Amino acid sequence: MKNMTRLGLGLLLSSSVAMAQAENVKIGMITTLSGGGSHLGVDVRDGFMLAMEQSGQDEVEVLIQDDANRPDLARSLANEFMQRDDVDILTGIIWSNLAMAVVPSVTRQGTFYLSPNAGPSDLAGRMCHENYFNVAYQNDNLHGAMGAYMREEGYERPIIMAPNYPAGTDALAGFKHLYEGDVVDELYTQMGQTDYAAEIAQIRASDADSLFFFLPGGMGISFMKQWESSGVDIPIFGAAFSFDEILIKAVGSAAIGARNTSLWAYDLDNETNHRFVDSFREAYGRTPTLYAAQGFDTANLILSALEVAHPDDQDAFREALRAADFDSVRGEFRFGPNHHPIQDIYVREVVEGDDGQPTNRLLGIAIEDIQDVYFEQCQM
Amino acid sequence: MSVTLLIEQLLNGVQLGTMLFLMASGLTLIFGVMGLINLAHGSFYMVGAYATAAVTASTGSFLIGLGAGITAAALVGALVELLVIRRLYHRPHLDQVLATFALILIFSEGTRWIFGSSPLWLSPPSWLTGFVTLPGGTRYPLYRLMLIGVGVSISIALYLLISRTRLGMRIRAGESDREMIGALGVNIARLYTVVFALGAALAGLAGALVGALQSVQVGMGEPVLILAFVVIVIGGIGSIKGALFGALLVGVVDTLGRVYLPIFFRAFMPPSEATGTGAALAAMLIYILMAVILAFKPKGLFSAHD
Repeated sequence: MKNMTRLGLGLLLSSSVAMAQAENVKIGMITTLSGGGSHLGVDVRDGFMLAMEQSGQDEVEVLIQDDANRPDLARSLANEFMQRDDVDILTGIIWSNLAMAVVPSVTRQGTFYLSPNAGPSDLAGRMCHENYFNVAYQNDNLHGAMGAYMREEGYERPIIMAPNYPAGTDALAGFKHLYEGDVVDELYTQMGQTDYAAEIAQIRASDADSLFFFLPGGMGISFMKQWESSGVDIPIFGAAFSFDEILIKAVGSAAIGARNTSLWAYDLDNETNHRFVDSFREAYGRTPTLYAAQGFDTANLILSALEVAHPDDQDAFREALRAADFDSVRGEFRFGPNHHPIQDIYVREVVEGDDGQPTNRLLGIAIEDIQDVYFEQCQM
Repeated sequence: MSVTLLIEQLLNGVQLGTMLFLMASGLTLIFGVMGLINLAHGSFYMVGAYATAAVTASTGSFLIGLGAGITAAALVGALVELLVIRRLYHRPHLDQVLATFALILIFSEGTRWIFGSSPLWLSPPSWLTGFVTLPGGTRYPLYRLMLIGVGVSISIALYLLISRTRLGMRIRAGESDREMIGALGVNIARLYTVVFALGAALAGLAGALVGALQSVQVGMGEPVLILAFVVIVIGGIGSIKGALFGALLVGVVDTLGRVYLPIFFRAFMPPSEATGTGAALAAMLIYILMAVILAFKPKGLFSAHD
């Protein structure tokens, strides 16, 4: 009995030593929890909080606020977090336009920002910052990887389509950069467009042998459903943003057969990922999306760095983040010089799952160790 | 740029127009009869789509779901009129806009609360999928043809309702002189509730039909609401005929603009720039159309209150 007590005390002591760096650490999470496209924010949050819970860490306080996908609100929430709550680390933003509105002023004021999703080119290039880390991807990564994959698979006349806004034009530019060939045509749709009859007719009238599109959120659902009933019969490709587990359930059978690139897949075979997917399903009763995986990785990266240093010791904490010494659900994970990931991008295919619902199945690697093209413009 | 492509795009424009008409007719009726600007009209569109998706999922029948969607939208419309809108008739337009904007937020967050933030699954029934081959070899989705059919039938039914029935007579009377029909002993409170519920039901029908083609998600009604407002401003606020012409005009101009403007710019610009410029101008086209029409006809094409 006495020994047991001693053992318990010892454990208690050793754990308190390990966690000493995490004392009074506050993390502010600004993410999209309401309005259109809020399932992205919900999954980032749930993945993040799952990692926090599993760490058994109770010294770290996570404050969560909803930005409702509004840049002005995200900005004022960031100021509130920094000035009133005095947070050490900010994270959570989903959309690139919100990230552009918030991140530069946050890092300039000496607070760390870790992006669990958005990766606009400016933040990877000329506006990069030593306190900014992207744990997800640079926006071009998945599109470029699909370009490389389609070239390799021998598609010669792709038609490509995206909404006419910065991330849309970036997506097509990223695709073309690694596709390295001519495309049949480029179609630009309107942001938030819901009817794609006109575009589908144009695709039918072209002699394309494949379609690549970037239509995030509800736009992708609308397009896929209309595509199915159009009778156009060419294979479709996209980035995971139009094919996450939640979206393809809303699309239904129309998504079957579509191939998409992702930095992660729930059936990716590594120990950390098995544990993550199982515990996420148990905790929330659904299959995680890539956003949940990104949230999970972000939290684990922060926790790994907290074991080394407190964020108040900025240089040591930054070094610890840069080392990325954590078990990623993606397998290997490391940062490039601009604090953006260098990682493998995978190809998945949407198939009919055991329950008759569409689900993603891992096909293989689209491109290994992809790095964004903006790191050369980054001077830290 | 073949003839079959043009025919297909014209059909697409008409189909978009008929769905816009379902939204715009309710909006313009409510404004014409009650003088109310109802921003929450998009919420009835969403209610119709969600109710249809939920009931279709549990019963397996799209038609039962559709019925439930229309009913739910009408009931919610009537309820909203009784609880909130009723207090706004004598308030200035700014108060109405404020209150109905609050309703949008309440409906959006309420829907998210009940159904969650993930989009719901709703697809056309199997007997309406597939496509038909039109004379000339154009292939056109069956479901979209059906939408045009429904839109045309509803337009005829609305015309008959307003020109041939007692209710329609009261609606017309309400449009021309609100106080007088009250003085003539018409139960104006009930008339208002009925008109509001009718408008909501039409919006719900549009939401359910279009939801099967697009995505059923929170906030789906607002983009359509903006287009519907453009339609009724072009058509003349309060005029059903104006709503019909405005909707078809907006539908066709928007669709053809999206397809042919980029092609047009390619004649004298490099392709990548032409695509971008064309797409940007296409996005503005219906607003330019609205501005031009208002410059010549400040009250719209068919103004109800001359």
